[in-house]
Amino acid sequence: MSIGFLRDYYVAAGRIGFQRDIQYRAATFVNVLGFMIEPAIYLVVWRTVATEQGGVVGGYTVDAFTAYYIVWTLVRVFNLAFAPNAWEWRIRRGRLNEMLSAPVHPFHRDFAYFAGAKFVWTLMWIPVAAVLTVTFRPTLHPTLVQVLGFVVAIWAGFAVRFVLLYLLGMITFWTTRGQAIFDLVVAAELLLSGRLVPLSLMPDWVQTASNFVPFRWAFQFPIEVAIGRIEPLGILTGIGIQILWATGLGAALAWVWPRAIRRYTAVGG
Amino acid sequence: MVFNLIQDRLLRQHPADRRLHRNRAGRGEGAWQTPVPVADPVVVSDLRKVFKVPVRDSGVRASVRSLFQREHRDVVAVDDISFSLKPGEIVGFLGPNGAGKTTTIKMLTGLLHADGGDARVLGHQPWLRSKELLRRIALVMGQRNNLQWDLPASDSFELNRAVYQIPDADFRRRSAEYVELLEVGDLLTKPVRNLSLGERMKMEIVGALLHGPEVLFLDEPTIGLDITMQKRLRQFILDYNAEEGATVLLTSHYMADVVALAQRVIVIHHGAILYDGDLSGLAGRFSATKTIRVTAPDLPVDPSSMGTVLERTPEKLVLEVDRSRVAEVAAALLSNSAVTDLSIEDPPIDDVIDRVFSDGDDG
Repeated sequence: MSIGFLRDYYVAAGRIGFQRDIQYRAATFVNVLGFMIEPAIYLVVWRTVATEQGGVVGGYTVDAFTAYYIVWTLVRVFNLAFAPNAWEWRIRRGRLNEMLSAPVHPFHRDFAYFAGAKFVWTLMWIPVAAVLTVTFRPTLHPTLVQVLGFVVAIWAGFAVRFVLLYLLGMITFWTTRGQAIFDLVVAAELLLSGRLVPLSLMPDWVQTASNFVPFRWAFQFPIEVAIGRIEPLGILTGIGIQILWATGLGAALAWVWPRAIRRYTAVGG
Repeated sequence: MVFNLIQDRLLRQHPADRRLHRNRAGRGEGAWQTPVPVADPVVVSDLRKVFKVPVRDSGVRASVRSLFQREHRDVVAVDDISFSLKPGEIVGFLGPNGAGKTTTIKMLTGLLHADGGDARVLGHQPWLRSKELLRRIALVMGQRNNLQWDLPASDSFELNRAVYQIPDADFRRRSAEYVELLEVGDLLTKPVRNLSLGERMKMEIVGALLHGPEVLFLDEPTIGLDITMQKRLRQFILDYNAEEGATVLLTSHYMADVVALAQRVIVIHHGAILYDGDLSGLAGRFSATKTIRVTAPDLPVDPSSMGTVLERTPEKLVLEVDRSRVAEVAAALLSNSAVTDLSIEDPPIDDVIDRVFSDGDDG
């Protein structure tokens, strides 16, 4: 598959993803609003804790917490990926047949759709973030390098999580009882990604464990880049680790995919 | 009417012949004398598919037992079938529900892996799913939506242009032509979800043909459509076949589809091929009788010795006659010099098909 083909395809499919979600802009806006509930709770709790502890907890000031959770909302929007349990629906509805009939890997189609939709979600995120910013007044003074690093890191984080969930979804081809595994992974992600709370507030063993799984590179790393907690060299190193995770998971997916499809085509859709 | 349609189809020129005419016009008389042999685009040899189906009795005890001991049963969906399709041919693939039609089509389009035998579509083993093959074929399944549900069909067409790398000129020519033929120009900007079933199906077909597939698999393309829409789609498929010389394998429960489109039919039942040949020969093979209609002022008083009386009025008689006695009975009826009309027909194709499947069940 040539680079030229992939470029044209990604532009066309990404445009479809954008158009599809802009059709439902009101629903998308409500979804983005819904995403705000979770960080708003964390934000209020940790601001209160930080204030009671003399203004700093785990290296985070009250304003730094605010910045963390406001950037959190954008990272969460970017983190949205094709859910592993949606494969079952896709197979039952015959949608996979349609995708397999086309001379392009379904991964490219899904990735491009979700990437295109990010632009709509980001548009919807802006007013919500504005309200949060006016209400909680975060401290956020990123340098140009940090802004550029954040742009790369948030897309790379999306890629890491997208490939990870896609790989996880392959379980569907072997069992129809994959939901328990998906739930387990989501729980692990909540703890080890910095989504629930910045990892520096977690016990040491959790912080150590988070180094061996991809979650933090999809979630906390882009946030820390944006709020200025990582130096330029650390940003480059982190992006390198993100690329390694995305490549490694991609290689695993490339190995599993033909076997999953072989199983699907053996059993039937 | 069905009989007329059969005749109409038989009289029509075969698309492969039309392509030869095009070659003749383009390359001179010599090309006509020695046509370049074209490989059959679809070749199926002893193709087999077996599904392993879990078996479990009802009740709590059976549920508990199935935790420790899972039982399966092998169901042969396609049982060593062989056939091939010639370039430009439209073939009807007939069979009752569960006969193995869709399973075969899924194997030929790479959606299912065969358990035995071989198949080649445009020289490729389809379940290897090579990109080159997928770019040259199309699968249209009735009541399945390949278009973007929330967007106008034109957006899906644009996506197909990128997926199939359709050159701009071809894309513009085909989309303009197909949109005009199916009269869907004013629907292009309407979201697909707002289209009627018929309108959506037309758009599906346009989208599926934009890349000019050389082999087209149509699985129940007219299911759920009204008569007018069915006719429109049939004509469109014929036009596409004539224009592009595409090979078409069609399944349909509507015999009118098959009669209007296919010269050749393959009848499959319980995974095995019962008949592969001309549509016109189907009745001869599976029906032991013909229908004789005669109009005359003085008909035989007791025609029951000639055959089964299907209809009787003072001046009209319809008889179902054993094939071996058709000439004899027709001669006897024609000996009446007052006969104003006499016709000999095969039974309606639906009845023949019904009989084929009933016989298959008996076996």
